[in-house]
Amino acid sequence: MIRALVRSEIIDVAAELRLHDAGGYGASASFVGRVRGGDGLTELYLDHHPAMTGAGLVDLANKAVDRWQLSALTLIHRVGAMVPGETIVLVLASSPHRAEALAACEFLIDRLKTDVMLWKRETFADGRVQWVERRAGDHARAERWD
Amino acid sequence: MALNIAYFAWVRERMGIPGETVELPASVTDVGALVAWLAARDERGGRTFAEAHRIRAAVDGVMTRPGAPLAGAREVALFPPVTGG
Repeated sequence: MIRALVRSEIIDVAAELRLHDAGGYGASASFVGRVRGGDGLTELYLDHHPAMTGAGLVDLANKAVDRWQLSALTLIHRVGAMVPGETIVLVLASSPHRAEALAACEFLIDRLKTDVMLWKRETFADGRVQWVERRAGDHARAERWD
Repeated sequence: MALNIAYFAWVRERMGIPGETVELPASVTDVGALVAWLAARDERGGRTFAEAHRIRAAVDGVMTRPGAPLAGAREVALFPPVTGG
């Protein structure tokens, strides 16, 4: 089962894992990305394209399925306004073999940062609002998979 | 040629609108020329598109490069480099 989608509601990690894992796969790798707090951040807003963002997630999921032997894949990215502690992105990759599940999970999280139409905006307690700039290191990590 | 343009992230904020329909002069035939035309059109466009290297584009739902032709295009999306994940 492949699920790749954007969602504006809170991502329930436990519920998604239950749904994903219903097949009882040999190896499941997971990545949960959350909004970091602690530096005065009060809101993280994710802008997206109504058609292209979802299509980009599906495209990325299909690339992972073509490359590794996967039994199930869940790729969910939150959009809209969220607060520290909430889940931004969830990747679940299952395979008969651990190496394939782990590699697919890492590939997806690396490529998410460079290939999918999503933009982060941070709002801080002191009133600052800033769009997050692309980091060179993100591209270096994404290009490892070329 | 009439063309729909959609703006995202800080490009949308600086332009102050989510998108617009423009009537392009015949000389504007590719994405790079469109960005230059918007930058020269008014002060708001100048502020938004002064640094063309910070702008990415998609034509009819497909990510593209500055040299991509606009012939036959219905919608161009203009946006900064993506920062998801």
